[in-house]
Amino acid sequence: MAVTAQSERFKKRSRPKERFIEMLLFLAAFSSVIVTVSIVFILVYESATFFANVSIVDFLTDTMWTPLFSNPRYGILPLLSGTLLSTAVALVVAVPLGMIAAIYLSEFAPPRVREIVKPLLEILSGVPTVIYGYFALLFVTPLLQATILPNLPGFNILGPGSVIGIMIVPYISSVSEDAMRAVPDYLREGSYAMGATRLQTALRVVVPAAISGIAAAIVLGISRAVGETMVVAIAAGQQPNLTIDPTQPAATITAYIVQVALGDLPHGSIGYQSIFAAGLTLMLLTLFFNLAAYFLRRRFREVYE
Amino acid sequence: MTQSILPERREVVMLQSAEMKRSNLSRRKMINRAFSTIGLLAILIAMATLVALLFDLVIDGVPHLSYDFFFNFPSRVASRAGILSSWVGTLLVMFVTALTAIPMGIGAAIYLEEYARKSWVTDIIEINVNNLAGVPSIIYGLLALGLFVYGLGLGRSILTAGLTLALLILPIIIVATREALRSVPLSVREAAYALGATRWQMISDHVLPYSVPGIMTGVIIGLARAIGETAPLVTIGALTFIAFLPTPPISSEFPFISFQWLMDPFTVLPIQVFNWVSRPGSDFQGNAAATALVLLLLTLAMNGLAIYVRYRLRKKIKW
Repeated sequence: MAVTAQSERFKKRSRPKERFIEMLLFLAAFSSVIVTVSIVFILVYESATFFANVSIVDFLTDTMWTPLFSNPRYGILPLLSGTLLSTAVALVVAVPLGMIAAIYLSEFAPPRVREIVKPLLEILSGVPTVIYGYFALLFVTPLLQATILPNLPGFNILGPGSVIGIMIVPYISSVSEDAMRAVPDYLREGSYAMGATRLQTALRVVVPAAISGIAAAIVLGISRAVGETMVVAIAAGQQPNLTIDPTQPAATITAYIVQVALGDLPHGSIGYQSIFAAGLTLMLLTLFFNLAAYFLRRRFREVYE
Repeated sequence: MTQSILPERREVVMLQSAEMKRSNLSRRKMINRAFSTIGLLAILIAMATLVALLFDLVIDGVPHLSYDFFFNFPSRVASRAGILSSWVGTLLVMFVTALTAIPMGIGAAIYLEEYARKSWVTDIIEINVNNLAGVPSIIYGLLALGLFVYGLGLGRSILTAGLTLALLILPIIIVATREALRSVPLSVREAAYALGATRWQMISDHVLPYSVPGIMTGVIIGLARAIGETAPLVTIGALTFIAFLPTPPISSEFPFISFQWLMDPFTVLPIQVFNWVSRPGSDFQGNAAATALVLLLLTLAMNGLAIYVRYRLRKKIKW
């Protein structure tokens, strides 16, 4: 009887310190939600004032983006084309390199090689992007001019695009490698038993089995490339240009935001608000890619885990 | 007649197909070996880029590295310009970032891993953390511009920059800390509970000490990311020509400690690189290369440290 009473008291004893700590930790966790809400609020709030002055139809269909001129035009298309063009160049570099590296690391490389190569590849994504900008402007573009494209302008999409491609190789290779390594070994063994070589097994069994994980890796790479700022701001020129020619200079959404931020526009002016409209577009674009990657990855997890 | 030919024919056919199989096999094996080389080549191309980048910076930058370069302010004359204000700025901004992001990130991770019950609030926080990790850094700059610079009136200060970068690396620290906490076996927790520890005692006395190396790895990687981040700071309108140092935090007069430096304008290493590289003419490009080299070595050293800590942890702790 006494024991139960005691344990009853023990249960009911409130522990203010424990509760307080739990509250603090909850607040820390919840702050990340507040960050997201603030991002969405700021972008939507400032964009709303922007769209009160600029019609959303013009924004989406006009082919000129000249908010800083005396006769401003606000068509996002040239910035969007610049963004997608540099992303496309990056993918042309990153997808083959990343995929081959992933297949090699997952199916061919001895464990010791893998252990050395993986952290080395990770370094590529750890280099500050402003340094990649320097590299694109003062090394890659001159190199292209000296070798295959003598008429390439000093500012262009090709140089920075391919540098971004190298930069996102580790994202693509490490996520796809994880996906391939998660493919159960009995599938490989079945293929070997039929007389297939490693490469045949990799290409016809492992890659198809891991395809949604690999797709997720590529989509994540796209999302990185779309949001990349400093490389294009430094090396692509900051001239909005509706083109599909990667040897031309062009501005991306991110480069435009940097350009305006450097120009010190007055708070509340339409130029100031235009960077939030551009930012909102960028956010929606990356959100789309991130969600796509999330669902692709989840589908792939459901299959084998 | 036919009966004597047929077995021969059969033999020929069999021989042929065996030969075909063998040549097919050797071809397939050759392609297989070739791919091994192609795979290494792909990795080498990526590595070669890194080496070229490093060489480029060393060749352009090393001649500019000198004592004066580290202790001069930026100047309109390229040969007299230095990075004093930018490395001091980087140090102070990182201090604010670390002080904000580390407790918040670790706290959030502990909550999600040790306290959170399955509920829709927890689900939202989980999805949200993953989503934040994918938000482009420049968007954080826009948030900071709207919220810290104008909304809260903090201006383009060290405090604003530090907080912005803290938000940016929060997901990195949260994810790494959760992984570290998760790797501590349940038996440790149960043993602590069995001895009558409360939940917080269990966490702070047992789970956290075991997770320190893993958490440190995440923190260092996060700070290495923050130290090179340029876009969000450019977006808040960080001035690029700063030829003075922030107010010193310690003064000789009462009250001896001053927090004025938090509100001072600043520049940091990556912004200095951006400023110098985007100047027309090639005078300042050497300065940009030298600064970029300092920044690159700093981030590489931090990443190396993180890898070392993780490696040591793997060797030391075996459950």
